[in-house]
Amino acid sequence: MILVIAEQRGGALNRVSWETIAAAQQLAGGMPIRVAVPGGAVTQAAGDLATADVAEVLALEHPALDVYTPDAYVIALQSLIEQSAPAVVLMPHTYQTRDFAPMLATRMRRPLVTDVTAINGTGQGATFSRPMFQGKLVAEVRPAGDAPALVTIQIGAFRADAARRGGGAPVTAFAVTVDAAAIRQKPEAPFQEARQAVDLSQAERIVSVGRGIKSKENLPVAERLAAALKAELAASRPICDNGWLPMERQIGSSGQTVAPKLYVALGISGAIQHLVGMKGSRTIVAINKDADAPIFEVADYGIVGDLFEVAPAIAAELEKG
Amino acid sequence: MKIAVCIKQVPTREWQPRLNDQKTWVREQDVSYEMNEPDAYALEEALRLREKQGGEVVVCSVGPARVQQVIREALARGADRAIHVEGEELGAADASMVAEALAAAVAGERFDLVLTGLQSDDQGHAQMGVALAERLGIPHSTIIMDVQVQGSALRVKRELEGGWFQWVSMPLPALLTIQSGINQLRYATLKGIMAAKKKEIRKVAPPAGLKPTQQIVSMALPTRTKQTQMIAGAPPAAAAELVKRLREEARVL
Repeated sequence: MILVIAEQRGGALNRVSWETIAAAQQLAGGMPIRVAVPGGAVTQAAGDLATADVAEVLALEHPALDVYTPDAYVIALQSLIEQSAPAVVLMPHTYQTRDFAPMLATRMRRPLVTDVTAINGTGQGATFSRPMFQGKLVAEVRPAGDAPALVTIQIGAFRADAARRGGGAPVTAFAVTVDAAAIRQKPEAPFQEARQAVDLSQAERIVSVGRGIKSKENLPVAERLAAALKAELAASRPICDNGWLPMERQIGSSGQTVAPKLYVALGISGAIQHLVGMKGSRTIVAINKDADAPIFEVADYGIVGDLFEVAPAIAAELEKG
Repeated sequence: MKIAVCIKQVPTREWQPRLNDQKTWVREQDVSYEMNEPDAYALEEALRLREKQGGEVVVCSVGPARVQQVIREALARGADRAIHVEGEELGAADASMVAEALAAAVAGERFDLVLTGLQSDDQGHAQMGVALAERLGIPHSTIIMDVQVQGSALRVKRELEGGWFQWVSMPLPALLTIQSGINQLRYATLKGIMAAKKKEIRKVAPPAGLKPTQQIVSMALPTRTKQTQMIAGAPPAAAAELVKRLREEARVL
């Protein structure tokens, strides 16, 4: 049996759960799949999940799981895994999973393979592909140690709409006991830093800058190109960390996710944290001095060269009209 | 406040990977190394906390003799002393092995706070910090953008996805994984570099029986998911060709 841990917040299912179900359907190879959804009130999320082609949906409801803490999640999930004895446990590689999965794996002394982009084979004999060295290499890894291995699936690696739907899986309540005194973290309500003044998700064209821009003083190079393309200006994380552009213009897992008609990546190497925020763009242009930069793997058009020569040349070409 | 900072030595950003003959790891003789960037932010946060709270910053690293490069750098930036879990075979150790080795090395130190980066730029498991917290039996929080010490407790700002944040409180001792950009990094001064030479690096052997939790079957360059059209030529010619294709082929202009 393959066990999927779905993710919800405030009762609403995180759609990456569907991507994880698609991965589980590929991995299962005929084995049954059970999907567990932990939370304070998960009736709606469990109902959504029951439309998947899976054997059963397990509702892990407990007041202590209402607001996420790693301690409560680990207690509940350890109990679930020990009682259901799956062959493999799949989870989406979200910030929340990253917060509890290593603790769960360590407590249970089970292998944890993270950020998986492809599954080779089925069941316990499967191997998993995952990026290493900032996506410069891909490793095929086999979990070593006692089953079940815990595996997290990279966001966007499997398609949510590829998850097969079924005839309505039964929803079963799975009773968990969580001692509130064992929860050491006291979380407050999530908040957004500032009202997002720029909604990059609505932009038709985006020019995005990365470390290759070298300093804040060089930003006019990108601004000129953005103006010539009638594009919004955005950036990868290090640019916003340095304060060269405001955080609200950041694209990637910690910033905005965009899918414009045209995305021009200037001096962006293409770390996975950036790629997840933009790889759905219709046409991607990459300009980078390093021919091996991972950004070229998702680009439709690539120019290997000095952005300080190439970007002004493109702007000049467009300004000709 | 007694603070441990776990740092990792990783290949530089500019490094071009080459595989070993078995295609199971990289050719280490070709690699130049630097401090893992998120760990550098963790070190900076520890130094700032020491400035406010007093106490000691101890830098900890696991790996072959070569990792002394980043240990010295951390000492030069201001860490007080270091613990090096040394083993030639530890260069490719997975996150679980590193956590087990560090837990054994620091258990007797009784740190108030353990900091590390949110993930490493080499293997990128994003597991080590949380696994270490569990082995030390202390609470943790991850992807942290602000740290407030409130008596014997912490209040930290945890980054969620898509521009959301959350404050989380927990008792000390605790472990935090630090997000890049939490602070502005300082660099080593000449005085710091000189002082680092006299600082203690305690070498520790790894615990017996460290076992990998995953085996690398093979490694390869990533396969392109898209047919990328590379446009060559001098910048003006390449630019003209790109604009032509964006207009006529992609139709996005």
